[in-house]
Amino acid sequence: MMTMNEFRSLFHNGLVKQNTGLVQLLGLCPLLAISNNVVNALSLGLATTMVMAASSGAVSGVRHFVPNEIRIPVFVLIIAALVTVIDLAMNAFVHPLYLLLGIFIPLITTNCIVLARADAFAAKNRPLHSVIDAIAMGLGLTLVLIVLGAIRELAGQGTLLSGIDLVFGEQAKQLVLHVLPDYQGFLLAILPPGAFIALGLLIATNNWYKARAEQRARAAVPMPLAT
Amino acid sequence: MNRQIQVALKNALRTGGILFVFALVGTAMLAFTHDRTEPVITRGQLEQKRALLSQVLPASLYDNDLLASQQSVPPDDLLGTRKPSALWLARRGGVFSGVVLEAVAPDGYSGDIALLIGIDASGTVTGVRVTAHRETPGLGDYIDRAKSAWIDQFAGKSLNAPEAKHWKVAKDGGHFDARAGATITPRAVVKAVKSALDYFARHRAAFAAPPAVKETDA
Repeated sequence: MMTMNEFRSLFHNGLVKQNTGLVQLLGLCPLLAISNNVVNALSLGLATTMVMAASSGAVSGVRHFVPNEIRIPVFVLIIAALVTVIDLAMNAFVHPLYLLLGIFIPLITTNCIVLARADAFAAKNRPLHSVIDAIAMGLGLTLVLIVLGAIRELAGQGTLLSGIDLVFGEQAKQLVLHVLPDYQGFLLAILPPGAFIALGLLIATNNWYKARAEQRARAAVPMPLAT
Repeated sequence: MNRQIQVALKNALRTGGILFVFALVGTAMLAFTHDRTEPVITRGQLEQKRALLSQVLPASLYDNDLLASQQSVPPDDLLGTRKPSALWLARRGGVFSGVVLEAVAPDGYSGDIALLIGIDASGTVTGVRVTAHRETPGLGDYIDRAKSAWIDQFAGKSLNAPEAKHWKVAKDGGHFDARAGATITPRAVVKAVKSALDYFARHRAAFAAPPAVKETDA
């Protein structure tokens, strides 16, 4: 079993310390492509989390049977098979959800963070830990996606949560927040360059925050005098 | 020396064997899932297609199985198609009552705009939907029914109403609205719908001819 401390440190790792979107900078392709509004961003994040949890659990479960030399091909095989199974099963049995997340599933297969977590963590840890790690990493990514999506949607269209009716049906349309009424729109924010710029600003903010926290910590503990 | 080769060979065979087992299990998993999900997925796709068709051609117009009436037509400049496209013939009581055409507006702002156009027997548009496009998000994508009701203005139009010279966007002196800042996209769509009506006028006789093969009614 897993102690509370381990659990907490896994989540800290995934959400903050090794955040895939801001620190590891893995899987940027879907991150940049799908973060043009909050609803898309959230959907992609959740789909990625789901796929990562499943693939990390599976990889961890078979880790003792995989010789080191062929671990990458085996992991790729497992992930690809699993993602295809999820894709087909969602299409057949939870069609409304598939209509929403379906286009993202093939995108996720190409996402290197799934393989990265399988190789870096799941291959060396027990299944429960691996699944929790994958969920934490996925949620970390989701968080960055949502922030990025919010920035781009707000700057680009002046709204938040547009397209939510595609998720919750027509009556959810009133949930769309027109934060800036009569906004003319700022196309750059919605197009790919906007994604790069917004992500750059997010990473810079994160780094600045970390540097400041470090500085404070250093100031609080007086350096021992050199003798 | 000989012994080393033997060990290496044994090792290679072992890892190869393991990889093979994983591949086998993976393939079996996929085959099983595919086998279980395929009928459900096919049914879902047909359902979706039917729903889309009913958006451009009111269900009250026909009593045949529209999906079963699908025909393939060769590429045609009036349809804007470069590959064979599909059309669906609607009949009520065995009499031709309308058609749904697949058409392409080739001159969108970013490439092809795929359209589905419903036309009734009198040559009046019953509905138009964009099925695929790459127009700029937030600018030209209002042609998509999911984004705005712009595309609804085609319903009820025909080659005579408005007359040919008014089959343009308002900015060009025509009859159809277009939003400021994005004129190329609606211009392409208006042109494509007009051409599809021309196509219909040219082929109406063939559409109205009784079906060559007996259709199985739904």
